[in-house]
Amino acid sequence: MLVKAKGTQQSVAASRLLDGEAVWLGAGNIWVEDVAQAAVFDGAEAIAEALAFAKAEEKRQIVVDVYPLDVEITEAGTRPTHLRERLKGIGPTVRRDLGKQARQPAA
Amino acid sequence: MPDTHSPALRSNQPADAHAAVYRYDEFDKTFIFERVEQFRAQVERRIKGEITEEEFKPIRLMNGLYLQLHAYMLRVAVPYGMLSSTQVRRLARIARVYDKGYGHFTTRQNIQFNWPKLEDVPTILRELAEVDMHAIQTSGNCIRNVTTDQFCGAAADELVDPRVYAEILRQWSTMHPEFTYLPRKFKIAITGSPNDRAAVQVHDIGLIAKKDETTGRVGFTVYVGGGQGRTPYLAVKARDFVPVEEIIGYLEAILRVYNQLGRRDNIYKARIKITVNEMGADKFIGLIEEEYARLRRQKFHVDPAIVDAIQTHFAPPPWVELPAISDSFEAAKAADPAFARWTRSNLTEHKTRGYAIATISLKPIGGIPGDAEADQLETVADLADLYSFGEVRVTHEQNLVLAHVRQDDLYALWKALDAAGLGTANAGLISDIIACPGLDYCALANTRAIPVAQRIAERFADLDRQHDLGELKIKISGCINACGHHHVGHIGILGVDKKGEEFFQILLGGDAGTNAALGEIVGPGFDYDGIIDAVETVVNTFVKLRQPGEIFIQTLARTGHAPFKEALYARA
Repeated sequence: MLVKAKGTQQSVAASRLLDGEAVWLGAGNIWVEDVAQAAVFDGAEAIAEALAFAKAEEKRQIVVDVYPLDVEITEAGTRPTHLRERLKGIGPTVRRDLGKQARQPAA
Repeated sequence: MPDTHSPALRSNQPADAHAAVYRYDEFDKTFIFERVEQFRAQVERRIKGEITEEEFKPIRLMNGLYLQLHAYMLRVAVPYGMLSSTQVRRLARIARVYDKGYGHFTTRQNIQFNWPKLEDVPTILRELAEVDMHAIQTSGNCIRNVTTDQFCGAAADELVDPRVYAEILRQWSTMHPEFTYLPRKFKIAITGSPNDRAAVQVHDIGLIAKKDETTGRVGFTVYVGGGQGRTPYLAVKARDFVPVEEIIGYLEAILRVYNQLGRRDNIYKARIKITVNEMGADKFIGLIEEEYARLRRQKFHVDPAIVDAIQTHFAPPPWVELPAISDSFEAAKAADPAFARWTRSNLTEHKTRGYAIATISLKPIGGIPGDAEADQLETVADLADLYSFGEVRVTHEQNLVLAHVRQDDLYALWKALDAAGLGTANAGLISDIIACPGLDYCALANTRAIPVAQRIAERFADLDRQHDLGELKIKISGCINACGHHHVGHIGILGVDKKGEEFFQILLGGDAGTNAALGEIVGPGFDYDGIIDAVETVVNTFVKLRQPGEIFIQTLARTGHAPFKEALYARA
């Protein structure tokens, strides 16, 4: 179930209209497929501004189901704090051959 | 081609000519093709921006299309679980061409594809329409796909073929002008025998076949107001006996009352179970009876000619006279212990001498409950053609069934299934677990359910141990919506979010069968690692307590929950 974002650091998630792919708003207001590259917005004003842009993107038929999520900044990039959002950034844990995780280059 | 007893394959008929599926007439075909083109236009308008997502969402849901965690998900209706081999092959093709090579069978006897692209969906629906399939009534606040007993038409204890009435209900409910926008979704299940194999008492309406011993008439006991989710209720008996010809009128009365009184102000209180229990069952049933008395009965009377016409679609296949005992079957069992074990768990008695009902497990040890790869679907279709009149059934327990297999053919069937990863001898046993998609796919879930099922199955991988334990049904849901039926598992597992971590509560004593019961939470939950040990503790406690011949649910009923609770929490 969608968890309400409450933190001071948030990103903006959505799904792409045409294929349902999970995407996040990245630097320069570009939608990115890798949550690690999601832009992090600090404070209520920045979050509201990012959400307003994302909602406008919804009206332009680019994305659907826009919402904010709590994140933290790590060495590997942006990391959602809640399990649901982390899984959205990976794919099904029971099918490692599917979803975003399947596209990651082998470490 | 292997040896086959299929009369169709040995003639010029299609191999599934005798499959008991409802074959569409021109009216049906025109309707579903028009519906596909209507949806194609709606998708095009959505992509162009002529309609908003808010406007489009109810439209896509009416066509089975959800937006999930990673992608869109298309839920395809399998009316009352019946498929021809042609339809199974088409599902395999859709999985391979438009999705990621597999499908997922659900507890509503449907199939879901987890990765379709929006722009491909109208074409997928067109491919489905070509084989009399669609995604109508798989979502939205309408009467959903009617489910039934997977052994219908083959079971020895059957009083009435539930498919006939399920199809009549489909025709009555599809595009019903009053019931397309109900307060909430509405689920109906039918069992054609006195033994409930369709979990009817946890449905909005449940029908169990009954024979009036004084008149000899056949009808249904009607249950109303059952359901799982966050507020589980067993259905109450509305009428002990409604003759088959009056069943549509009686259900019309129930739906009218619900449509009037069901709550539209709160989604969590909108199901009929809430209305029945807030109002009181007696008062609600009284209103049904008042409405039923007001109905123009003749309009809703089920015409015997219509019943006869629909019955032809479900005519028995051309069984042949066979001896009661197959020497080759007995010899194979004696020679191959693995096959003998499969026959003990995965076969059910057929009403016709020399035949058996075979359950194909979609629960290989460590596999994903209900998933089938495209190759496996094609294998099942081929085996259905060879050995079961080209017909396949989907069970609400997320398995498949070949309902009419000659005993002589069972060994060859099992060997072919086993080679395809479909021969696990675990139907009804501890690793035959119902699990919802959970947080691996579902946008509503709090926790994962599939990997919990996989790890339990792996813990109990030893099939001899499973068979020794006997019937034991574990059902797992990744959230309170209970799509994994945890309320009616002998052992139910409910995933909950505890400060961002996955926790799992154990319920004991649920039962989806004739003696339907809701499980009770046994105590505090367990973390992701601890839940598997906890399940094993429950099982080991059963083994210590059981008396000869008892299965888990019987031991639990005799001892109560206390010894299980003590075993689980004594260390705390």
